[in-house]
Amino acid sequence: MAGTWVFVEQKDGNIRKVTFEMLSELKKGGDEVAAVVFGKGVEGLASELAKYGADKVYVADDDIFASYNTGAYVAQIVAMINEFSPNALLFAHSFNGRDMASRLAQKLEAGLATDAVAADISAGKGVFTRSIYAGKALAKVEVSGTPVLATIRPGVWEVGAAAGAGAVVKAAVAATAADVYQVAKSFVPTVSARPDLAEAAVVVSGGRGCKGPDGIKLVEELADMLGAAVGGSRASIDSGWLGHELQVGQTGKVVLPNLYIAAGISGAIQHLAGMSSSKFIAAINTDTEAPIFSVSDFGVVSDLFKVIPVLMSELKK
Amino acid sequence: MKVLVCVKQTFDTEAKIELKDGKISDAGINLIINPYDEVAVEGGIQLKEKKIADEVVVISAGADKAMDAIRTALAMGADRGILVKQDTAADEYARAVALAAAIKAENPDLVLAGHVAADDGSSQVPTRIAEILGLPHVNVITGIEIAGGKATCTCEADGGTAVTEVTMPAVVSSQVSWNEPRYPSMKGIMAAKKKPVATVDAAAVDNKIKIVEFALPAAKLAGIKLEDDADVCAVKLADWMKNTVKVEVK
Repeated sequence: MAGTWVFVEQKDGNIRKVTFEMLSELKKGGDEVAAVVFGKGVEGLASELAKYGADKVYVADDDIFASYNTGAYVAQIVAMINEFSPNALLFAHSFNGRDMASRLAQKLEAGLATDAVAADISAGKGVFTRSIYAGKALAKVEVSGTPVLATIRPGVWEVGAAAGAGAVVKAAVAATAADVYQVAKSFVPTVSARPDLAEAAVVVSGGRGCKGPDGIKLVEELADMLGAAVGGSRASIDSGWLGHELQVGQTGKVVLPNLYIAAGISGAIQHLAGMSSSKFIAAINTDTEAPIFSVSDFGVVSDLFKVIPVLMSELKK
Repeated sequence: MKVLVCVKQTFDTEAKIELKDGKISDAGINLIINPYDEVAVEGGIQLKEKKIADEVVVISAGADKAMDAIRTALAMGADRGILVKQDTAADEYARAVALAAAIKAENPDLVLAGHVAADDGSSQVPTRIAEILGLPHVNVITGIEIAGGKATCTCEADGGTAVTEVTMPAVVSSQVSWNEPRYPSMKGIMAAKKKPVATVDAAAVDNKIKIVEFALPAAKLAGIKLEDDADVCAVKLADWMKNTVKVEVK
């Protein structure tokens, strides 16, 4: 068997959790699980990848891969696919993952299931469940070919403890400078001590009911107490209280944390689409008719300005 | 400089999704320009207003009713339209092949599109178009500067803001936070009726993806709802968070 491959999502040697989620899930199946990592000085990541299930770790180590660039990464993975013929290749559904997977799929003139939330992979065929209309519906799609291609939504699978051998296979560098067509001019990291919205275990979101920066500050204080990410409904983004990158909903991010707290959010369909798959949902809203209560596990019909301070002091006890 | 903007007609984002005969029903659904594409249209029009672009052409692949999306873009200020007639069941591959063929015939300097469609959410078509045309692509942009045959794009990357430069012609995909799309004015709507829209048939290619089935997510049952004094509610909520959800408090 040529194995099922997971493209490792890493930046400066820090592997994103979604990579471990994919390795762990695939490890439950019978096929050999391989991690594919591109970068400069990344061979040392093999032991960490093995811990989560990688039987093999394919490494393409070169200056040209030091940071993500579509052209070089795609040229390299095409060469490796031709050499090793994996059964399937999964990417994270992330900024880089979906970019690389889409470009690769077109180069191979193949189908691609993006933003999949479930997978059933067999030789030459993969059936993926895709969340469409931002989660308002699900589509089960079949992708055939070698390899079967998909991008997987972060957070849908659990990180497991089954380890693999982590045997390192060094891949010949096939990408050349001619493949690089994007010039990276700068990268400014978001300065936030909070976790990434897409990967956070707890998300606290504020909406119109926050009434302004003071209400958002309460949301942020509660979030920091829980080590949570902060999000917002369209109302609070359009009002300029939070940046667009924090919008949860159909024209923002889809999140699936263990706990989602909606503070002052009424629950427009487009917002519910982005968060109703969360494991637990708590809602605080003064309007007893607010649609958010139809999806919440624990609803509080009250004023967030009164509830959150007491909630925080209770949680501290 | 010629700018070409790809638009997809999608369901209104407030639409409730229902199934009929195993398919997504469009009965009674308000159709709009995909919000991410609408931003691309606005971006194209602004380039023309800044005298960077001479012409903004809007293109859509879909059924006859996609003409409404094209007319809306023309009413916003685009100069002319192209409707690529194609079955709405076309997948990302077939859609990209059809659009790329029509785009190639136009030979634009810059192709704009939303980075994702609010309906299928697949984020593939602009990237695939770039690959077919052999052009560079920059994804999820929130700003663009054009000078000396190069496009310098600000992108909403994971974990930060990236600035990426590519040589034109290029394909660039927009994030909704790039700009605030204008509403068409009455004058714009009237003018749009007279603007030319060409209709072409899509290249006949088969889908690569097979739809097995559509389903609706299991309805979530509403849980506890407390209507009590704020302090009482807060205490009970804290208790639920600690004992049922088992949150960790820092």
